[in-house]
Amino acid sequence: MATRKTAAKPNVSADELKTYYHDMLLIRRFEEKAGQLYGMGLIGGFCHLYIGQEAVVVGLEAAADEGDKRVTSYRDHGHMLACGMDPNGVMAELTGREGGYSKGKGGSMHMFSKEKNFYGGHGIVGAQVPIGTGLAFADKYLGNDRVSFAYFGDGAANQGQVYESFNMAAVWKLPVIFVIENNQYAMGTSQKRSTSSPEIYKRGEPFGIPGEIVDGMDVLAVKAAGEKAVAHCRSGEGPYILEVKTYRYRGHSMSDPAKYRTREEVQNMREKHDPIEHIRQMLIDGKHATEEDLKEIDKSIKDVVNKSADFAKESPEPALDELWTDIYADVAPQDEDA
Amino acid sequence: MPTQVLMPALSPTMEEGTLAKWLVKEGDTVSSGDILAEIETDKATMEFEAVDEGVIGKILVSEGTEGVKVNDPIAIMLEEGESADDIDDDAAAPAPAADSAPDGKAPAEAEKPKGADAAPLEIKSNASPDWPEGTELQTQTVREALRDAMAEEMRADDTVYLMGEEVAEYQGAYKVSQGLLDEFGDKRVVDTPITEHGFAGLAVGAAFGGLKPIVEFMTFNFAMQAMDQIINSAAKTLYMSGGQMGAPMVFRGPNGAAARVAAQHSQDYAAWYAHIPGLKVVMPYSASDAKGLLKSAIRDPNPVIFLENELMYGHSFDVPVMDDFTIPFGKARIWKEGKDVTIVSFGIGMKYALEAAEKLAEEGIDAEVIDLRTLRPLDYDTVLASVMKTNRCVTVEEGFPVASIGNHLSAVIMERAFDYLDAPVLNCTGKDVPMPYAANLEKHALITTDEVIEAVKKVTYR
Repeated sequence: MATRKTAAKPNVSADELKTYYHDMLLIRRFEEKAGQLYGMGLIGGFCHLYIGQEAVVVGLEAAADEGDKRVTSYRDHGHMLACGMDPNGVMAELTGREGGYSKGKGGSMHMFSKEKNFYGGHGIVGAQVPIGTGLAFADKYLGNDRVSFAYFGDGAANQGQVYESFNMAAVWKLPVIFVIENNQYAMGTSQKRSTSSPEIYKRGEPFGIPGEIVDGMDVLAVKAAGEKAVAHCRSGEGPYILEVKTYRYRGHSMSDPAKYRTREEVQNMREKHDPIEHIRQMLIDGKHATEEDLKEIDKSIKDVVNKSADFAKESPEPALDELWTDIYADVAPQDEDA
Repeated sequence: MPTQVLMPALSPTMEEGTLAKWLVKEGDTVSSGDILAEIETDKATMEFEAVDEGVIGKILVSEGTEGVKVNDPIAIMLEEGESADDIDDDAAAPAPAADSAPDGKAPAEAEKPKGADAAPLEIKSNASPDWPEGTELQTQTVREALRDAMAEEMRADDTVYLMGEEVAEYQGAYKVSQGLLDEFGDKRVVDTPITEHGFAGLAVGAAFGGLKPIVEFMTFNFAMQAMDQIINSAAKTLYMSGGQMGAPMVFRGPNGAAARVAAQHSQDYAAWYAHIPGLKVVMPYSASDAKGLLKSAIRDPNPVIFLENELMYGHSFDVPVMDDFTIPFGKARIWKEGKDVTIVSFGIGMKYALEAAEKLAEEGIDAEVIDLRTLRPLDYDTVLASVMKTNRCVTVEEGFPVASIGNHLSAVIMERAFDYLDAPVLNCTGKDVPMPYAANLEKHALITTDEVIEAVKKVTYR
């Protein structure tokens, strides 16, 4: 495999590299396990795996600070793990159990964590974009300097509400980073066939929103771009667009035969551009870690993922009276510990 | 011959206005296009232009006069060669009412009994009154009551803010937010671009992020653009998050038919929203309900759909003068007690229900009239208790007939009070057609008082 040069010469420590390696590998192994449980009938409905795209969320989370917010679409497991949510709770939600983040009532596409400022997990393509813009509106209103990440795909980039959000974010200078995770396929429709412009990040230009394209298979490049975007937003300059070029190895969802692309294309990405392999090589080549060290990390991740699967299987189904709870609040959850 | 200058209707719903300022005086020569006066409508201050040329012979209504009815003469115009002496008493008398009101005024409005010649309805509130006996009352329009509700809640809670099209600098497309920008500034009274889907979603995000947005839709017709955010994001998140996160917010604005604005601008969404678990749905009729319920809506930790009515904004009612007047959700109001039949309605439907009850009383039919006020939660008990007493029920609403609120009530009454019914429950609704533009067709598409009377006679076998 050809060694890739990372765009920005990394100003990162060995420990940081190891953290990114760990976080990306956790997402991959978790998703592989989820795929396995799906195959066993333990997970139902729609299940969209994040395999291949790990560097996007891990790189951007490395650029985020305490209190920053994030919201994304239905391909959300990676975002939740990257922002520190508990793999047990995520996996148990996938299996629809009491121990899941939404007590089994949300499933793969609808999970939230108030504690980690993760605002979902939204099943309607593009709907999370105005919501993320509104999170930024709230922060600006409240006068803090927090930043919100609104993640969406190249497919969602053709939804009208994305541009309604661009406009409002620009007019009101809202601290929101629009992250276009361009994995090049909107379900089965390639970007070429669906999107008039090859450079989606330039769609912010008419609104006066700066944007840039980022190699989403390189966690350090993503982190560097994220830091720039965060600094821009935090200083009150308004929104920023990052188009992060990435690739999903698996189908759109579990039932996708992926006939719209060739096996060679996928193999090429896996073999030559894999984001985890990339960091692994950097760690080894730079003598920041030995094969033994990495094996140790692999093993610890395997344990965490296996434990989450066990938890997700053992956690009971929600009690039947849960059907009738959480429809109306007596106190807004946001106000509970205010 | 001297001609009358009549008070113009300067908005589709204007019934009366204030003659704010005369820009001409008696004896002035004017030509067509000259601005004669400034007139304040229910929505804005408008300039009123001369149509013909002539001389202002006499000004009949002085500057600053409020409540000048549309089509009342406000001045006399003279042709060349005429003098003020040519003005006789007839010219200054009110113009005869036109058979078909050109401004599309609802027929019921025109037929409304005047003043003291009609016996006043006996109006009683629910078992527990909305305010303590002896409370001072003031007369307020629905519009003013809504504004006061928002202003009071914004004073009490810094996280409450208003956003929507034209809510700030324009003072509200229907002037409901009049004065709020001055008091609260543009941080809390936010003019949005015309982008309903976007700002509804943005407000949901702001609610997730700790604010309590009031989203004004210029009309609920435009909220269809935002439907996904209202239903999928606002209403369902509490459930989907296992109770971790919700959307404490209000979506409000005029709903239902206005006047002569045709199919895309005339629709009652009460039944649509009432269908959705996770939403609360309010549709007030009176000004006191508008105020008390809007204050409750703003404080409610859930998304609330607050359906107003453009035709009701200018109507006045008694509103209690209290520091903090609220009305709880899920409590219907009995406007008139009666023993022969129960008429259930809400929102502008109450106008037809009350008019019908009044006319029925003249014919010896004693109707009980219930205003649901909130559709989610819905006060089934008050309705059922009444039906168990009267054994007959007619529902009244402006919306379409299929899957209407009336249909739902009929089913509930059948399930829970079947043995008490002496006649089938009848649903009076708008007609099953898109709203037509033509004045005569529009009149027929809407529910009418006569239809309510007819339905009551059917169920009472008269």
